[in-house]
Amino acid sequence: MTDAAATTPSRASPRAPLGAAARSLRGYARWRWWELALFAALPLSWLLLPSQALLLNEIAIVALFAISLDLVLGYAGIVSLGHAAFFGFGAYTAALFAKDVMPDPIVGLVVAIAASALLGLVTSVLILRGSDLTRLMVTLGVASILYELANKLDWLTGGAAGLQGVVMGPITVPFSALAGFEFDLNGRVAYAYTLVVLIVVLLIARRLVYSPFGASLQALRDNRLRAASIGLSVPLRLIAVYTIAGGVAGAAGALLAQTSGFASLDLFDFHRSAEVMLVLVIGGTGYLYGGIFGAIAFKLLHDLISAWTPQYWNFWIGLFLVVLVLVGRERFIRPWTWFGKGARP
Amino acid sequence: MLTLLFDGIAYGMLLFILAVGLAVTLGLMNFINLAHGAFAMAGGYITVLLMNRAGVPFLACLPIAFVATALLGALLERTLYRPMYARPHLDQVLFSIGLVFMAVTAVDYVVGSMQQNIHLPDWLQGRLPIEAVGIGKYRLFIVIVCALLAIALQWVLSRTRFGSRLRASVDDPRVAGGLGLDVNRIFLLTFAVGSGLAGLGGALGAEVLGLDPTFPLKFMIYFLIVVSVGGTTTITGPLLAALLLGIADVAGKYYVPKLGAFIVYTLMVAILLWRPQGLFARASAR
Repeated sequence: MTDAAATTPSRASPRAPLGAAARSLRGYARWRWWELALFAALPLSWLLLPSQALLLNEIAIVALFAISLDLVLGYAGIVSLGHAAFFGFGAYTAALFAKDVMPDPIVGLVVAIAASALLGLVTSVLILRGSDLTRLMVTLGVASILYELANKLDWLTGGAAGLQGVVMGPITVPFSALAGFEFDLNGRVAYAYTLVVLIVVLLIARRLVYSPFGASLQALRDNRLRAASIGLSVPLRLIAVYTIAGGVAGAAGALLAQTSGFASLDLFDFHRSAEVMLVLVIGGTGYLYGGIFGAIAFKLLHDLISAWTPQYWNFWIGLFLVVLVLVGRERFIRPWTWFGKGARP
Repeated sequence: MLTLLFDGIAYGMLLFILAVGLAVTLGLMNFINLAHGAFAMAGGYITVLLMNRAGVPFLACLPIAFVATALLGALLERTLYRPMYARPHLDQVLFSIGLVFMAVTAVDYVVGSMQQNIHLPDWLQGRLPIEAVGIGKYRLFIVIVCALLAIALQWVLSRTRFGSRLRASVDDPRVAGGLGLDVNRIFLLTFAVGSGLAGLGGALGAEVLGLDPTFPLKFMIYFLIVVSVGGTTTITGPLLAALLLGIADVAGKYYVPKLGAFIVYTLMVAILLWRPQGLFARASAR
């Protein structure tokens, strides 16, 4: 029906309205120069900053975690206070898999992603109904349940002491005759590994959010009722995005466990869910790269403050949050609007 | 068995007093205040410091804790919270998490991170000599105080002029404002009383729940459970939810200590899956 309506005028004139619409949509999804620069900067950071590989590795993992939250929060509009559930689940899966089944990192990563995506699929039922408060509670509840499980199942997870003695094998490039890369002490192999995963996830996520699926997510974020009434199946889309985000967060957790050789209860902690939210909000939600910028800013901020007052750095991060929200993020990153005519929104 | 039940009730009553302010602010302003536990902690610390450093008797500390936290709540409401009401929930969550972090570290810095103890007066220590049911005197005290407070709250809400104004503002702030009610003042008063009650709960509960700087984080989820399971439209909803939570938690920790808080969380997720608006919520127009 719509096809017929659209093709009829195109026969009358070569430059049809459909063409214009398609072009504008394509323009919306085209690669911007700074995106290309960012993708170029990621491998460059590995080449140019070899001594900072450990720090960069941490940043990349946090960025990946925040990108996952961005899919849920920035694109689908679900406020989650328990995103650490997937992070920790992925980390524990990867660590246990390496310890008990086989030490190959890539297989472990795939298993961890699959397991966390499955967890996302199962728990997505919980976020479909209710208000923001209900969703907050349920996501927080899931993370707390996993925390308690990891704490009490100490024969499996090591309980409060954490899962120690995870030894990773070398990374072998699939389908090639190259010798494996052993994880080294200064973290260059680890960072390269994380970077590859980060770039692959970014490319997939970029493809995803600029697809019709991504557009429909934003539609239901902005107005769920309207999205439902133009015929989008809201629950199915939420389930899909929550599953994908679960997998991505699981990948981030798995990378952390594999590159540090350690998984602990702290991964499920509320603190981590709050932190990743902060990272994302610093970087900005809903444009996919907020996680990366946020992670860099957060890490620098963290190092700066904890060098000055290691024990009380939480106070300053709390103050930062309060001020950020009170001032408004849009204005906060544009200091020139603080005074003068534009100061009052 | 009965002792366990009684302890659970005492615990639940305490949770009710702690969380009822949150229920009202959430229902009234639709504001998700994760920092509610910080007020409870403030009340607890005021009591501990007054008793241990200034030698104020325990009973005198309770009203002081209430008034001081209420004033603190009013002050924060006027300065920080009010601009937040119209913001999206994400902003509110971030804002209140920030407040919690600040409160936790500030208390850690000022008082220190160790657990604080309250020395109860002699007449509140020990157990009542009743056969078969061991009832701690302090637990009984808590139940009595909290029950009186709950009755008083219910009376204020349903019988007084302020109560009907409050209910009107909860139901529809815009229409209430249009009818000439000063909704901002009602918000302010309610927020102050809610914070004060949390402070009182913190003071009462310092002995039972333990008091250290991580208090707001540790009990945040409990308060939220009470509110989300009980619903925010009535007083009885959170009360029943708090009692249920208290009994389930005490019994769970006694009978299956290996599972710990696991039971409570699972119960909550199951209940919210079954009834997302809360167990005791009436059908809401919003």
